[in-house]
Amino acid sequence: MEYSVLGKKVRRVDGAAKVTGQAKYTVDMALPGMLAGKLLRSPHPHARIVSIDASAAKALPGVAAVITAEDTLKLTFGNWRRYPHLLDEHPLAPDKVRFIGDEIAAVAAADEDTAEEALTLIEVEYEILPAVFDPVEAMQDGAPQIHTGPNVRNNVSETRHIEFGDVDAAFRACDRIREDDFSLHAVSHAAMEPHASLAQTDTDGRLTIWTSTQVPYYVQILLAHTLGMPEGKIRVIRPHVGGGWGGKIELFKDQYCAARLSQITGKPVKIVYTREEEFSCTRRRTPMKYHLKTGYMKDGTLVAKEARAVLDGGAYNAMGPTALYLTGFFQMFPYDIPNYRYDGFHVYTNKNPSSAMRGFGGPQAEFTCDSQLDMIAADLGMDPAELRLRNLMKPGHEIKGYCKVASCGIEECIRKAMKSTGWKKKRGNLQFGRGIGMGCYGFMSGGVFNWINTPYAFSAAMIRMSVDGFAEVYVGSAEIGQGSDTVMAQIAAETLGIPMDMIRVTSGDTAVCPPDLGAWGSRQTLMTGNAVKMAAEDVKKQVLEAASGMMEQNIVYSYDMRDGKVFVKERPDRTIPYQDAVKAAVRARGGLQIVGRGLYTPHGKGMVSPAFSFGAQVSEVDVDVETGKVSMVNVTTAHDCGQVINELGVEGQLEGAFVMGQGYVLSENLATDDGKVLNPSFVDYKVMRAPDVPLNFTSLMVETYEPEGPYGAKEAGEGLTNPNAGCIANAIYDAVGVRIYDMPITPEKILAALEEKKAAAGKKKPGKKPAARKPRKPARPAKKTRK
Amino acid sequence: MNRMMISFMLNGRRIETSVAPKTTLVELLREHLGMTGTKHACDSGACGSCTVSVGGRTVNSCSVLAVQIDGMEVGTVEGLAEGPDLHPLQEAFLDHGGLQCGFCTPGMLMSARDLLRRNPSPSAQEAREAIAGNICRCTGYVKIVESILAAAGKMREKK
Repeated sequence: MEYSVLGKKVRRVDGAAKVTGQAKYTVDMALPGMLAGKLLRSPHPHARIVSIDASAAKALPGVAAVITAEDTLKLTFGNWRRYPHLLDEHPLAPDKVRFIGDEIAAVAAADEDTAEEALTLIEVEYEILPAVFDPVEAMQDGAPQIHTGPNVRNNVSETRHIEFGDVDAAFRACDRIREDDFSLHAVSHAAMEPHASLAQTDTDGRLTIWTSTQVPYYVQILLAHTLGMPEGKIRVIRPHVGGGWGGKIELFKDQYCAARLSQITGKPVKIVYTREEEFSCTRRRTPMKYHLKTGYMKDGTLVAKEARAVLDGGAYNAMGPTALYLTGFFQMFPYDIPNYRYDGFHVYTNKNPSSAMRGFGGPQAEFTCDSQLDMIAADLGMDPAELRLRNLMKPGHEIKGYCKVASCGIEECIRKAMKSTGWKKKRGNLQFGRGIGMGCYGFMSGGVFNWINTPYAFSAAMIRMSVDGFAEVYVGSAEIGQGSDTVMAQIAAETLGIPMDMIRVTSGDTAVCPPDLGAWGSRQTLMTGNAVKMAAEDVKKQVLEAASGMMEQNIVYSYDMRDGKVFVKERPDRTIPYQDAVKAAVRARGGLQIVGRGLYTPHGKGMVSPAFSFGAQVSEVDVDVETGKVSMVNVTTAHDCGQVINELGVEGQLEGAFVMGQGYVLSENLATDDGKVLNPSFVDYKVMRAPDVPLNFTSLMVETYEPEGPYGAKEAGEGLTNPNAGCIANAIYDAVGVRIYDMPITPEKILAALEEKKAAAGKKKPGKKPAARKPRKPARPAKKTRK
Repeated sequence: MNRMMISFMLNGRRIETSVAPKTTLVELLREHLGMTGTKHACDSGACGSCTVSVGGRTVNSCSVLAVQIDGMEVGTVEGLAEGPDLHPLQEAFLDHGGLQCGFCTPGMLMSARDLLRRNPSPSAQEAREAIAGNICRCTGYVKIVESILAAAGKMREKK
């Protein structure tokens, strides 16, 4: 079917405001009489708070209030409302601090300088406790205990187990087994807009908070819990948001403290994190240690896989337990492995908490998976692309008790990417120093998880249509830059058959929009999109009923809307302007406005997601053997996102995801020493800049039809963060024959591996120069190879 | 602290105001004049979000003191459009998807305009280098470079 707005390159609905500087972000907001808030943070990685004396700070002229745990309800909170044993964090630390940056007190003052001075006057007496920074050490008997409680043992806060098939029997029966160890580091979301909140308490006790968040509804209900207020008295407004990537999917201390300080002072309070706070004290991508064991047949059939992951969770659970599950789950994607076992351990350390970040455990899993697949291919003398093609999930793939995969375009993705890049000609045949690699992935289109324990539908939408034909779409989804408002406008316009400029989307204001779980796990297009489609169909039904009365056609005929007109389906030349039908509908109902409602919650879709996207990534790199520097030459990605809604948006998401992934592999590293972040600035924390990214970036769309998605649409833009690390690692191996097992892949590690390889070659054949290209053996052989 | 009087042109309009000597240009624009189009994201001259033009050159306004612009001409993103007509760069960013969250966009546009003033026919490589000081965490820069080249083409056509 030919769509009128879906699948096209559409301008963003918020674009004009953003290119003119008119778009207001939380950091841009101000209210008369506003106070500036600042947080006092722990300078120690692990300490008991003996006493806090804030009297000098309170006495400083210009200071309106200082709060500590004594001014709070001392309740633990988090997104884990359904699983209270995972709630381990307080708004302000009552008795103990667990990482450098843990929040202890907050100040509201006339200006930022006064607030900062007040922080220096708060006297905290600490009893320093031994700290632990490595998750494996933290699991040992005798390690410092960061949290105590019936569910925590040796700092392990949560374990996850996934198992299906008969893994042990499959390992006994397979031809060969490969085992490898990998380690993955921490990176920062580094959103351009820092965490920021502006809170105002009215005289009747109602609270309004403008905040940079991906989850307005969570902020509303978690503020209600931590402040001891009814949800209905809290309004959360999400202005334009300068990026999130998982770093803004929880209630944070800026939100709580701005709200609490506004209650106490009766004045608006604004808190904006500094860039140093962003890097040092907010969430990060979970570092992991992975052990991976795969059993396979000589023909390349993968028969069994066992994965064990130890997660460096940092000081609090945050969303780490979900990353713990998803890394184990996506470890098998997009492959059909009949026997699989995963054990994951989420371990506390005295570092800033690890949490959700674009890919949510997937990038760690796919680095290990894709790296090992290439080593298996080398062992078998197979083309790594052929090895992947031999073991793919197919449409209809089901893992009993876990998921059903309806649409799946992975095979076409791989074949398209191979063809477009000239894979067969290039792989193994490029000159020394240049290489080509592949990585593949599958990812979710929203989670089935209800850890927040909401009684509401996961997504809902309401559309009001005015008599001049304008449609106001209200959704609780969070436009954070990913383009969800534009997608919702397109879905509404397509369903109603009216132009996009007749649609206005209002999102992310809890007082006027229906609840929605927000922007995480790539859920807005599928879940909120379904709700918008249903609401638009509801509106259309009401308009068409009125039109039917007006047009007086044969009763066997039916009606639809397109191009701003109501038409008779069987006689498309018979039309009336849809506005006429809207007016008639309103008059017929005594003036009641047309309102459509829609909702979506996944049912019967397993434990993870109602639908999965797929894709293949091919990267061509140059490795400078003198410096170890890796440069991207060409990048091609083929992505199956079901029906494309906004092609400009999908391409932008794919390009952005790739480059964020490129930074993850090659340059970004949130380094710590004894729990202290060493590089909390854009000078020392190296994100990709324009000259670093590949000159040639090709996005190939593989369109499938996803029956669960609106118009067949599903995820785009988060999943592609997953394959980049393995893809680039494989390209580096193809280029210079060295395999790096611990991320990030820095020039130093490549040079060291090249040296090691040279030394090994020299030992074998003294006096002979190493071959220009071969041998292609891994620099570090597998620990164990059987048969 | 003694405040100092400064006088400067902002997007073609004269501004006279008093500032504390420690006030930076980005603080003057955002907090004193309410011109929040210019963003403030790292406060160390490393991310380019606060890029504005001063005396025809682009600067990171977090790293310039307000008193330094006395007598100068300052241009910000709010001055790019002429009335209701968007600048060709703004149009191109919209048509080619050169923005997502939009937080880096004002600074990115100012760097791009500076490039096109100096070099009306930049290559892709020249465009990449011109925005090397502007971090975008969303787009991967691909569509920003496309947008700049498209705007350059449109502007050459107009001439």
